[in-house]
Amino acid sequence: MSETTRSEFVLTRLIKAAGYSSILFIGLIFFFLLREGAPALVEIPLGSLVAARWYPIEGFFGLLPLIGGSIVVTIGATFVAVPLGLLTAIYIAEVAPRPARELLKPLVELLAGLPSVMLGFLGVVALAPYLRKLLDLPTGLAAFTGSLLLGGIAIPTVVSVAEDALDAVPRTYREAAKALGATKWQIIWRVTLPAARSGVLTAVMLGIGRVIGETMAVMMVTGNAPVVPTGLAALFRPIRTMTATIAAEMGEVAEGSVHYHALFLIGILLFLISLGINLLAASVVFRQRTRAERVLS
Amino acid sequence: MALNAQRRRITQQVGFGVLLLAALLTVLPIALIVGLILWRGAPAISLEFLTAAPRDGMKAGGILPAIVGTFWLTLGTAVVVVPFGVGAAVYLSEYAPESRWTRLIRIAIINLAGVPSVVYGLFGLGLFVLFLRFGTSILAGSLTLAIMTLPVIISTAEEALRAVPQSFRVVSISLGGTQWQTIRRVVLPQAVPGILTGVILGLERAAGETAPILFTAAAFFLPRLPGSPFDATMALPYHLFVISTQVPGMPIQLQYGTAAVLLGFVLVMNLLATVVRSRARARRQW
Amino acid sequence: MSNPDPVKVSIQHLSLAYSDGKESLRNVSLDVRSHAITVLFGPAGGGKSTLLRTINRLNDLTDVVHVSGSVRLDGEDILDPATDLISLRRRVGMVFARPVVLPMSVRQNLTYGLELAGERNPARLAELVERSLRAAALWEEVEGRLDDPAISLSGGQQQRLCLARVLALEPEVIMLDEPTSGLDPISTGKVETSLQELKHEYTLLLVPHSVQQAARTADYAAFMLEGELIEFGPGKDLFTRPQEQRTEDYIEGRFG
Repeated sequence: MSETTRSEFVLTRLIKAAGYSSILFIGLIFFFLLREGAPALVEIPLGSLVAARWYPIEGFFGLLPLIGGSIVVTIGATFVAVPLGLLTAIYIAEVAPRPARELLKPLVELLAGLPSVMLGFLGVVALAPYLRKLLDLPTGLAAFTGSLLLGGIAIPTVVSVAEDALDAVPRTYREAAKALGATKWQIIWRVTLPAARSGVLTAVMLGIGRVIGETMAVMMVTGNAPVVPTGLAALFRPIRTMTATIAAEMGEVAEGSVHYHALFLIGILLFLISLGINLLAASVVFRQRTRAERVLS
Repeated sequence: MALNAQRRRITQQVGFGVLLLAALLTVLPIALIVGLILWRGAPAISLEFLTAAPRDGMKAGGILPAIVGTFWLTLGTAVVVVPFGVGAAVYLSEYAPESRWTRLIRIAIINLAGVPSVVYGLFGLGLFVLFLRFGTSILAGSLTLAIMTLPVIISTAEEALRAVPQSFRVVSISLGGTQWQTIRRVVLPQAVPGILTGVILGLERAAGETAPILFTAAAFFLPRLPGSPFDATMALPYHLFVISTQVPGMPIQLQYGTAAVLLGFVLVMNLLATVVRSRARARRQW
Repeated sequence: MSNPDPVKVSIQHLSLAYSDGKESLRNVSLDVRSHAITVLFGPAGGGKSTLLRTINRLNDLTDVVHVSGSVRLDGEDILDPATDLISLRRRVGMVFARPVVLPMSVRQNLTYGLELAGERNPARLAELVERSLRAAALWEEVEGRLDDPAISLSGGQQQRLCLARVLALEPEVIMLDEPTSGLDPISTGKVETSLQELKHEYTLLLVPHSVQQAARTADYAAFMLEGELIEFGPGKDLFTRPQEQRTEDYIEGRFG
């Protein structure tokens, strides 16, 4: 009996430790990024970081082209992923007959599981050459191609979060609207979507977060030219994102060099961006949940 | 009145048509991708391709070291992430009080899920490769992938545990069960299929990742098989990246073949998850 | 009753509140005698289930913010924080309103509690399985299906299995919270017959699902309303000559 109690005590402690491990890991990630990246802030003057030239071999560490590249690709991908993702989610949750739903959901799940390097590969061998010919560009390896691919990569995130939000809208809302004579289409636009709007917003934010953090596919198809993008035409020229810069250059730098520290600094930036997006998304979710709890009790 | 109703009906028809179109635009490319890779990749796949090391600057031979490397990385990830992830899920679902700390844990998990994969690579480089001196190795890569996969495992496992009816727990406690006995003998067995599905899908993602292993485990070209957890290794996704962008003049067939093997792995894992899920649903006793 | 049985559970000045302010108990005092059926009845939300769940400390699983008073089992205060809850719950068994069979076989449902208590002897387990099934009037019906999933039994059989599962632990007190609320009249009759048999060996505390069932089964009856004990006495007195107006109104169906 005391044997049972003792092993139960130990197990409970281990489970609790596992529960708290996530906090530890987030802390460790931030600590090690700071440890390797913070020196860059001392080694490189702030004015040089906020500059338009990234050319580490000659000591230029301007982050603007990389940040700009990430922004351009992200905006482009958002225009692909948000409308397609949301409309698909609405179709699956509200309109699709059962067999269509049973077919669509696993396919979207499959897309979520496709390695980004595989999509990048297809981008290189199929999509980029096709777009180059179609749009008559000097190269298909451009921001536009990256946006299309990243949009596709973000779609499963948008679909699944938005679909959950739509499913969570109480059935009684729809039935009440139906009793008032609304068509299915009116119910979707005037009842279900407004009721699910915080979840839909979360879906958009998490989709954007997914795009900003994506690395391999974007590195393979955007041409990797660290140029500050200006104007709409930038969409059809090669660019380079923050993530791609880290992935492409980390393998070639010496540990402890200024360049090495600068790459970790970009990592810190990415970490903080994702932290911001996720905290924002989480606060929306939590607020919604507390409201539901208040209604129930 | 009748006109109005007719207009409403037409609006609805058009609206549903747009929704259907969007859904098709989403899933048709997926079918296209799968079809293209399997169609172009199938001719490259042979016994030699699957069981030999690359030759002639990777322009001939097979991809065995990459397959084996991905196998070990995935296994290593599983060994670390399953106990941690399931433990954390049990804590959150069965023990955690409604408190500030629990909220902090949940926020940490949400953020772990959002950290970009290349940032995990940097973290793994800083902690495992350099600070703990594991070097570029399967060990460092597996640990990095495990921490990246952790939030997926925790959230799917917690969902599976929460789906087990509360009444089972109350009955078990009322029969003199301790909380751990209740979890061990009633709750966990019922949650196993759901947990397993999450683990399969989580490992599928981990196995397909490139950025986290770029600086922690991956070797550009290493024809021999890894001999210990402290060896660097080739890996399927990284190999695909290398031969499609880093080596000029690579035969396209080999590239498609490698992509097809990777895709095959993803499809098998997806199928496995589907089977586990539907079998569990058929056998469920509640 | 001329020669009342000894008091098994003595509840004195028990008050209890939940964090959400729902159903609570206010200054309840009640003696539950052994070898008898004590019935707790009254409208929903009156604190009957709460009272049961206090006696086996199942309320510990919920959000209780305040408890005062005492609950003594054979003279021992079970509200004492040092109480061994595991052994308490083996001594005080509970059958719930909805039959909840565990997701395992019929046999495993019966041996579950015994195995948790460390009983490993197969002969002893088999003996207890049969004896408890017989006592719950279920043996004939499931004798050949002991290894089937318990969920495959009918609703009435499941509820009797839940009773048998408690009996297998050889408890001293058995509490039943509307055990027949989901059952048809025939199954209800079987359960009620079992209870009349069981009271010779155990102390029974029953929350009935109707006033009629209360009147049929009660040796002692307690009328509870909004967390208070309104009236308590031998069943035959309370149902024929209630002292309190509110008791009489409820029995005669003037409110529910």
